[in-house]
Amino acid sequence: MSYSHLLHTSFIPKAPPSLRCGSGGDANLTWTTLPIQSKIREIFMPALSSTMTEGKIVSWVKSEGDKLAKGESVVVVESDKADMDVESFYDGYLAAIIVDEGLSAAVGSTIALLAESEEEIALAQSQKSSSSAPVSAPAPAATEDPKVLDEIPSPQTTTSASVFSNAAVSSGALASAVHPASEGGKRVVASPYAKKLAKDFGVDLRGVIGSGPNGRVVAKDVEAKVAAAKVSSGGATAVPTEMAKPKGVELGSVVPFTTMQGAVSRNMVESLAVPTFRVGYTITTDALDALYKKIKSKGVTMSALLAKATALALVKHPVVNSSCRDGKSFTYNSHINIAVAVAIDGGLITPVLQDADKIDLYSLSRKWKELVDKARAKQLQPNEYSTGTFTLSNLGMFGVDRFDAILPPGTGAIMAVGASQPTLVGTKDGRIGLKNQMQVNVTADHRVIYGADLAAFLQTLAKIIEDPKDLTL
Amino acid sequence: MQSAVSLSLSSPSPVARYGLVSSHNLTPGSRRFCGLRVEAFHSKSSWDSSSSRSNRLYVHSKHSDFSKVFAALKGNGAPSSSDFDYDLVIIGAGVGGHGAALHAVEKGLKTAIVEGDVVGGTCVNRGCVPSKALLAVSGRMRELQDEHHMKSFGLQVAALGYDRQAVADHANNLASKIRSNLTNSMKALGVDILTGFGTILGPQKLKFGKGDSGDTIITAKDIIIATGSVPFVPKGIEVDGKTVITSDHALKLESVPEWIAIVGSGYIGLEFSDVYTALGSEVTFIEALDQLMPGFDPEIGKLAQRVLINPRKIDFHTGVFASKITPAKNGKPVQIELIDAKTKEPKDTLEVDAALIATGRAPFTQGLGLENINVQTQRGFVPVDERMRVINADGKLVPHLFCIGDANGKMMLAHAASAQGISVVEQLSGNDHVLNHLSIPAACFTHPEISMVGLTEPQAREKAEKEGFEVSVVKTSFKANTKALAENEGEGLAKLIYRPDNGEILGVHIFGLHAADLIHEASNAIALGTRIQDIKLAVHAHPTLSEVLDELFKSAKVKISTSGQVVEPVPV
Repeated sequence: MSYSHLLHTSFIPKAPPSLRCGSGGDANLTWTTLPIQSKIREIFMPALSSTMTEGKIVSWVKSEGDKLAKGESVVVVESDKADMDVESFYDGYLAAIIVDEGLSAAVGSTIALLAESEEEIALAQSQKSSSSAPVSAPAPAATEDPKVLDEIPSPQTTTSASVFSNAAVSSGALASAVHPASEGGKRVVASPYAKKLAKDFGVDLRGVIGSGPNGRVVAKDVEAKVAAAKVSSGGATAVPTEMAKPKGVELGSVVPFTTMQGAVSRNMVESLAVPTFRVGYTITTDALDALYKKIKSKGVTMSALLAKATALALVKHPVVNSSCRDGKSFTYNSHINIAVAVAIDGGLITPVLQDADKIDLYSLSRKWKELVDKARAKQLQPNEYSTGTFTLSNLGMFGVDRFDAILPPGTGAIMAVGASQPTLVGTKDGRIGLKNQMQVNVTADHRVIYGADLAAFLQTLAKIIEDPKDLTL
Repeated sequence: MQSAVSLSLSSPSPVARYGLVSSHNLTPGSRRFCGLRVEAFHSKSSWDSSSSRSNRLYVHSKHSDFSKVFAALKGNGAPSSSDFDYDLVIIGAGVGGHGAALHAVEKGLKTAIVEGDVVGGTCVNRGCVPSKALLAVSGRMRELQDEHHMKSFGLQVAALGYDRQAVADHANNLASKIRSNLTNSMKALGVDILTGFGTILGPQKLKFGKGDSGDTIITAKDIIIATGSVPFVPKGIEVDGKTVITSDHALKLESVPEWIAIVGSGYIGLEFSDVYTALGSEVTFIEALDQLMPGFDPEIGKLAQRVLINPRKIDFHTGVFASKITPAKNGKPVQIELIDAKTKEPKDTLEVDAALIATGRAPFTQGLGLENINVQTQRGFVPVDERMRVINADGKLVPHLFCIGDANGKMMLAHAASAQGISVVEQLSGNDHVLNHLSIPAACFTHPEISMVGLTEPQAREKAEKEGFEVSVVKTSFKANTKALAENEGEGLAKLIYRPDNGEILGVHIFGLHAADLIHEASNAIALGTRIQDIKLAVHAHPTLSEVLDELFKSAKVKISTSGQVVEPVPV
């Protein structure tokens, strides 16, 4: 199996610590062989009226793990007019709630996962824990989970500070909770409100010491636990290197490559056989930012916008979308498939937006979300990550303003996208102004793509991004 | 108003026409000449008009100043036949007995009421009345505690607290006040209040007194049993009145436990959960059925759970019985053993600070001497026919004996008892009368309130299937109501279940601000046989909550057109 798509790894060593922690190192590759079955269904935010663009989850009628019959109410959604019950179209189990009560989601976005059988609940939950909820509740491992490379490049984007992780909460006094009513820890006696809080904050009540009558866990015990967890996770953010260390890493030890790391290594070396060169360009993103702001509520993501813009530019420059495999000929690829790099637990993967030039922006955004969720659940099909003809890699959300990427063998070019930052610029009419600008840097195979090709492509791309009205067509 | 009437009489207006068509001519004094009244005369209900009129009078006057209403009536005179001490003796001076007594005096019957405890019965002393006092407090607490709600009004509340004893006193004072009102209203009319427990000795004969010392035997032409009910405590549950309590104790509010389990999630349990959570308790519901709030329309129940249970400090166990409840003692908390309602397997044990038993009410019919007249109770209830006439063990009617209210179990509501009592007195006065129980509204005074009249949707659909008619349902939301939004109380739903073929109202269910007050438009419509196509033309003041029902009626689609009585404008 080829890992060629994994190879623009110039950013792995530079990646912020958060990209790397939480990984034990083993068992990374299981996903590649996992049979993908559609027995886990997604429950989408329905359109309850013709004017509805997003809905707010008023309440989940069912809890995770509950059995659902077709036609049974699962969730209550507030639309512009009224609260409505949303019913399940299938029998099964509510495996994972992705959008929590009180939060909103765009129409068509996934709000929960439905498993067909009880056994699949765990699978779906793993899918959920790594998926990108729009406004994430304290999902397990929220601090460690790398943010999807999916936002407007902004130096301010920090994801971890305010969210405290389950792990932090549940670690600690787990063993020390002993109260008379618990029958030696087998049973937890907690008041109704304490239970509610624990559920909301994802606190394991077994780890909470009860201060109520007869050692009962009461609300303030849970609150204290949550506060303690906040402090510890806040501290960790301040000293990120400490958090970064995966558990059980022994400094000075020699660790053999995992299968994935081995594959990455091979492909990195192989990439040296390709003569690459780089061309950079600075693009003003004010118009793109404005557009994004306008249509964000419709579920459009920045990744989708960039992919769409790139695809439209590639239409006019087919050579940049070509690839050379044997060194004797090259192929003008018939499809424009934009691969977008996503950091996942223990590595990275490039889900592919196929035919990005033809699919409309909204469908593209939905597709992207689906792919990211699948990637995190390690459930991507080979054709969903290995068919890219052009790759995008975006580190803007970490504040990276420029970097360069290694070309994945088998493709013609990869574009590294930096952060969009307010920049003082002189304009042609002699004025000085503040504009949001981002730097892009394309690495290409010089056997087939020449400097002038890239220059022309980048000029087209800049035009599209600076006047993005065509993106929404 | 007067000018309006004279104008309409002097012109060929629909009102004048109907006045002629109807046997009840409009007099200048009549101020009710709208379509509603006309429809009432046309209704095909089995009631004769005189009974419906007097019934209406009493419903209106029940909670107003009694002495004024009856000032013009004659007092409680001599019995009509000298063979009996009284024309009517009522056993039990609760709301049912009281309603019957007042109506009996109006009808010229010499009436006595026997009460072994205090006047007012459950409703006034241990039920509806004191609980409303507690709920009035809890409603305010809840509102003031809701920072978000207050903020949206631009209000700030600091240091909110309550004095438990003062809250308890409010409930107690209210009960005393209503009790003395009831007593005075009967005294003023000359109803004899006979103190002691009443026992039926034989046909038309009973005794009353406190035990064996000096029982008095009296005779009466007719006897009404109105002995009511007491809280039902399932076996295995030990009530100590302190930590394991019934509604009787809870209403005294002697303590506000940190954590209270409420066994039963019907009206009583729900109202107390509202009180306790507002005062800071956490609540665990224990419900034997698979769903909370059984008995409510499922959709209303669902919404109510969403608003009244889920966001509050309440959790619940459904599908379980509390098989054993031991009061707190020796420093141990209240122990509740839960078993699966179906398999009877032990499921869980709860340890809480207190438990409130709200599993319903059991009829209070012991010691009534029913065996003396060959009447066998069924699970304690006195069997009656649709006219509240008592049925004996042989299935035959017992002459001159009636049973109303909780003791017959038909509909355990104070106002239902009163209506049944009035219905009985109507029959005694020679007017046949059958009470339409489907027109009796019910309410649960949570925040927001729940109210209902008629059938629930599943009941209506079942009936429709059996009788082969079509059922339609329409709903309106409080969210669309101006007044509700002004109050920041947009949470709520009104639901109408009706027959699209003829516009008959089968049931109305409301959950929302002041639902208990809103239901009467619907219950009166059902009682009077008003059809949707007519009531939808009635006007509601704007902006009021009543527009929720207005919109509800207007959104119903009835296949026949309006009866068409107010087609021409009436000059005013």
